[in-house]
Amino acid sequence: MTIVLQQLVLGVLIGGLYGLAAAGLSLIFGVMKVLNVAHGELIMLGGYGAFWLFALSGLDPFAALVVVIPVALVGGAILYWGLFGWVVRYHEETRIKNSLLIGFGLGLALHAAAVQLWTADERSITTAYAGSVLDVGGVSLPVVRLASLVIAFVLIGGLHLLLNHWRWGRAIRATADDWEAALMTGIDVRRAYLIAFAIGTALAGAAGTLVSVGYSISPSIGLEWTLKALIVVVLAGLGSMLGTFAGGLILGVAEACSAMVFGGPYREVVGLVIFLVVLVARPQGLFAK
Amino acid sequence: MRPASAAAGLVIVAALAAVPLVVRREDILNFLFLVLLSIALAQSWNVIAGYAGQVNLGHAAFFGLGALVTRVLWIAGTPVVIGMIAGALVAVAFALLIGWAAFRLRGAYFAIGTLALSEIFRITVGNTLAEISTLPQTTIATYRLANRYWLALALAVLAIAAVAALARSRLGLGMQAIREDEDAAGATGVDALRLKLIALVCSTALAGLVGGCFAYYHISFYPSHLFSPGWTFDAVLMTFIGGVGTLHGPVLGAIFYVFFKEYLAIRWVDFHLLIFGALFVAIVLLLPGGLVEAMGKLRGLLESAAFTPDRRRPRPEHR
Repeated sequence: MTIVLQQLVLGVLIGGLYGLAAAGLSLIFGVMKVLNVAHGELIMLGGYGAFWLFALSGLDPFAALVVVIPVALVGGAILYWGLFGWVVRYHEETRIKNSLLIGFGLGLALHAAAVQLWTADERSITTAYAGSVLDVGGVSLPVVRLASLVIAFVLIGGLHLLLNHWRWGRAIRATADDWEAALMTGIDVRRAYLIAFAIGTALAGAAGTLVSVGYSISPSIGLEWTLKALIVVVLAGLGSMLGTFAGGLILGVAEACSAMVFGGPYREVVGLVIFLVVLVARPQGLFAK
Repeated sequence: MRPASAAAGLVIVAALAAVPLVVRREDILNFLFLVLLSIALAQSWNVIAGYAGQVNLGHAAFFGLGALVTRVLWIAGTPVVIGMIAGALVAVAFALLIGWAAFRLRGAYFAIGTLALSEIFRITVGNTLAEISTLPQTTIATYRLANRYWLALALAVLAIAAVAALARSRLGLGMQAIREDEDAAGATGVDALRLKLIALVCSTALAGLVGGCFAYYHISFYPSHLFSPGWTFDAVLMTFIGGVGTLHGPVLGAIFYVFFKEYLAIRWVDFHLLIFGALFVAIVLLLPGGLVEAMGKLRGLLESAAFTPDRRRPRPEHR
């Protein structure tokens, strides 16, 4: 029983990161109708950012968020200006298709660049407190992963508040609902796109930082994290960041359950199968609101 | 096809078919084999993405299914061609399953669905068939590279001929109409779902055959390698660099890509992906017609410099 509980707890802990990874993808897709399949590679870069900050200057990975997030914001703005901003002049279907292709090429290039720069080795940050564990009734909670879950929740909660109360947050939501109507009320839609894309990228950077401390990173984790984020978006739908977070927790628990039933190597498959089942069972569209 | 270009094509095929009789160097034959196999692979992706406009990000699934089925049947004693046909049929069966689900929806569903399918296969096959697959000693003793080469040549010719026939047929025109605007195509009486499924069947059957040829060629590999996303990357990059939605594009793209991939691999593993990934993004943004469009533009420039009327073909819009 304790073993089962332990697995479920670990599932929830990683599920928080799935939610955070998906939040950025969901925000960008919901607002811009741009599907960035290089989202996982952005997470990978965020992870390396935190890793090198720790390795070279000894900066604590949680403190590194203060550096990684602003850098990722700027990086997101550059990606928008240089690449993804070009596709928003097309209508929705073409936008999705072209952004898929651009993300595909970008992901490949980033992956190959990371292999060249940092080799294909797996890395993770080992802090002084990496081994500390909280014991709650026989179930052990790794402190680092618990902190990651809390930070993921705080970031998503913060985003939720921003979207509801900040001027530009409301503009982003209006643009997501109906960009033409938003344009007519005087909203600078392109600016809203830019801000949404930058925030989405910053969330990817934050997720990568947390992955590098509680788990491990390598240049090839990109595809895996993109798929996790896509699965969560499919489960949770668009429009609610808290819903996305919940979707992440559900995926984490579902993976933990399947690992117990079918064995560890198949934990990656369950999410993909859920994804295909939803695809078949919900013909009205995966990304329903 | 004009008689002149058909005759030129026949001469080229005949010359390529004679190569193993004249050339004894295995490295050259291996290189040409890879080029031919890549032409067929790129062309198979071109059918669904270039003509029908549906981006398949999990092409490796169908390549891999064809390869795995062929390998198993062939090693068990079935003639390789029968094995390849069986492999292609299995690939088509899974393609219909995912296509039936995803094509009723628009947008990204097909791309993500195929991506998910290929990852499911890669992980599952990696877990269930973890052992390396090596040909039996008796087969290795009688291994003849020329046979593999001729098979790849036949596949490349088949793929090019299929796309050439499709491009000018009623079916192919309907697919291109869907690519440009699915609603408008539907309004003019095109059965979009049916045509997309037909394109998918043609595309994945070819991919399955190409996979089968690879399984016949390669002496040993890990079964999960057959489902590696690398196969999808190769197909997408070659097709786009050459010119997506054109007959010549994937051929040019495959020659260009394989040449530089082999050249760069001598010094840096996977370095080509950095260059080609960046090149691919530039092509999607700036030159959607790839090398074919670039050559057309160059020809247009030369002709207008010579004071002849500009007869540049319309720019292919696949966006």
